[in-house]
Amino acid sequence: MSYCKEEGKDRIIFVTKEDHEAPSNAELIADDPNDPYEEQGLILPNGDINWNCPCLGGMASGPCGSQFKEAFSCFHYSKEELKGSECIDNFRNMQECMQKYPELYPQEEDKESSSQAESGSGSVSAEPTEGSALPPETDSIAAASTSESAVSPDSMSPTDNQTAS
Amino acid sequence: MLKCRSVWKKLAPLARASSTACRLNVRRAGLNNGRIPSCVPAAQMSTGPAGGGRQNQLYFLLVGVATVGGSVYAYRTVKGDQKRYQERIDEIASRPFKQAIEKPATPTQSEPPAAEATETEAVPEPEPQAAPSPAEPSPPAPDAEILAPVETTEPPPETPGDSTPASLKVPSHTPYLLIGGGTASFAAARSIRARDPNARVLIVTDEPVPPYMRPPLSKELWFSDDPSVTETLRFKQWNGKERSIYFQPPSFYINAEELAGAENGGVAVLTGKKVVHMDVRGNKIKLDDDTEISYDKCLIATGGVPRNLQVIERAGEEVVKRTTLFRKVEDFKALDKVSRNIKSITIIGGGFLGSELACALGRRSTESDLEVIQMFPEKGNMGKVLPEYLSNWTTEKVKREGVKVISEALVKSVVCKDDKLEIQLKDGRLVKTDHIVAAVGLEPNVDLAKSAGLEVDSDFGGFRVNAELQARSNIWVAGDAACFYDIRLGRRRVEHHDHAVVSGRLAGENMTGANKPYWHQSMFWSDLGPDVGYEAIGIVDSSLPTVGVFAKATAKDTPKAATEMSGTGIRSESETEDTATSPVASSTPAPAMVQHKDEYGKGVIFYLRDKVVVGIILWNVFNRMPIARKIIKDGEEHGDLNEVAKLFNIHDD
Repeated sequence: MSYCKEEGKDRIIFVTKEDHEAPSNAELIADDPNDPYEEQGLILPNGDINWNCPCLGGMASGPCGSQFKEAFSCFHYSKEELKGSECIDNFRNMQECMQKYPELYPQEEDKESSSQAESGSGSVSAEPTEGSALPPETDSIAAASTSESAVSPDSMSPTDNQTAS
Repeated sequence: MLKCRSVWKKLAPLARASSTACRLNVRRAGLNNGRIPSCVPAAQMSTGPAGGGRQNQLYFLLVGVATVGGSVYAYRTVKGDQKRYQERIDEIASRPFKQAIEKPATPTQSEPPAAEATETEAVPEPEPQAAPSPAEPSPPAPDAEILAPVETTEPPPETPGDSTPASLKVPSHTPYLLIGGGTASFAAARSIRARDPNARVLIVTDEPVPPYMRPPLSKELWFSDDPSVTETLRFKQWNGKERSIYFQPPSFYINAEELAGAENGGVAVLTGKKVVHMDVRGNKIKLDDDTEISYDKCLIATGGVPRNLQVIERAGEEVVKRTTLFRKVEDFKALDKVSRNIKSITIIGGGFLGSELACALGRRSTESDLEVIQMFPEKGNMGKVLPEYLSNWTTEKVKREGVKVISEALVKSVVCKDDKLEIQLKDGRLVKTDHIVAAVGLEPNVDLAKSAGLEVDSDFGGFRVNAELQARSNIWVAGDAACFYDIRLGRRRVEHHDHAVVSGRLAGENMTGANKPYWHQSMFWSDLGPDVGYEAIGIVDSSLPTVGVFAKATAKDTPKAATEMSGTGIRSESETEDTATSPVASSTPAPAMVQHKDEYGKGVIFYLRDKVVVGIILWNVFNRMPIARKIIKDGEEHGDLNEVAKLFNIHDD
């Protein structure tokens, strides 16, 4: 049984698990996926890449940002059977650039990104050196674009608040 | 207007000259014309009288001479103007900045050339930015100068008496200028770079270090086992991975002097420089070393300065030097050092910072015999944020962390006696301690408002900006210093880390043309030991009516447990294994009797304003922030908040 009390202007309700078993009848307004004000995920409604997505961490804005953007764009728009297969040069440029900044792009990610370049997932999954909370899975990046991207952890927060489920 | 007038003034003599020439021409011509018309009708039918031909020749000669004379005069006037104008600009550039903006940029004819000549000669060493470094091409500068005199005050390369290049490190112009080197600034830099390819961004900060994040300074860094933490400034995140408080290592940034020439642009940080003056009309700022930097778009993210108690400020040097105002990295380092060498420390202030520091130091007191006291005017910790019942409950938790909490304490005076501080409270109590940490609020830094002519908000403090964070045409403000219009919640100023990230990012987007208002609601969080952790969003003010929906807590509902179990935890965790202290409630549904011992283990608290939820606290409930954000975004009146609380599944793990 739920229990309620008032302390001045503050109301306190204690509820049991059973009390909350019935689904809520609270109404929420449906979200507009094309709302221009909302934070966008990785892929914008028009199909472009949102370079400012928190899920990318600092990849698009660092010293190798332009190489990264070229490589990932190439991959994204690739229509080949093996997606991104024509983008090898772009990825190589990016990797060369990243090797110049080992502090920013730790070496183990280079291996990750090169192997994933083959599979076409690109270095988006490569974890930015800030230690993003987002696990380096390409699936989660895709999920991030569909789910509320506000949820996507920004590697600038020392503690993560949500994961892109 | 001034420009028009001065241009007109410049042109007027020219106009006069040319009109005079014209009139002369006309008169001369008129003289002839006067005669010619009488001749012409007669001559229309014929080629003209032979005698009239010679007169015609004379007429044409006179007109020609007059025209030539007039154009020569006009040409020399214009050239002289240009030369005088150039000299004027040089002269202005080398004068102190303040005087420069008072005088119009273009010279007026009334200026006696003699005076200018002497002034030009007396020109002191041009500004440091006068001589561009060889590596730094400044092609737009000379052109821009001729065309738009009010844009920059850089002396052109042909300045007479060009001085030796002073500071090579400071670019004279940057497309994007970010004043302040904190979280909002860094977020904006990242946003700009993501959206404007090859953007060149200059961050100017008065701190000696590049941008870093602030929350660990009062939480995680204190829990580190590493004795060299004050040097490394590294902390362990929720997921076990270590990272530095710096957003990026130094190799991320490019040198300021390389900024202009960088092919792919980049972010440069100018440390140890304070912006002291802002010229909005001229789109430029001045640093404390008199360097001037012009910009296309500017962000003000100057944050704030910790407030102090007046009684301490007036108490004399001995007290002041034993008082810490905590905000920056250097404050953390200093406090860490001090806390190891004293016996008693007192924190004045019961808000986020004060309580977090009290808990952090309280933990330390278990290892050393440091006495940690916290005093504040409210009835309990977080008294201005949490409803009273929760504030009281939190205070008990803080006490369990080893802190001596003195509530309802108003400081009357502080004196230093025999190397110890004596704090006299208004109710007569006396507290003796070795060191004070004052955590009594933040004063937003609006120093630039005066010179820039920017509006300051009288209710909340800070620069007043619109919903798109814009103060003036090319100026945005983000972070702690921004008093902005929140479409949903009204005008406010927020002093939290996530807000700095969100607003910085938004400002960066708008600086690159996005024109989006503040819409994604930022959140904040706090941890007070291993048992109490909460996340919050919106307006969380204890003076508002609240509705709290709680479940009975079990041992599983602590921040530490949450991180361990789900692996997607949110809270920063304590290093101790002290979960046994959290009360394990009975698993049966709690009958009413037990409730008066009230354990607020986990739940949701709604803050209402006119029956609409404007703020939500998730109390030991994690991974639910998107739902909370949605409820606030909707801004609906909900009849039964228990139903809304169901959306959070507080009983689930």
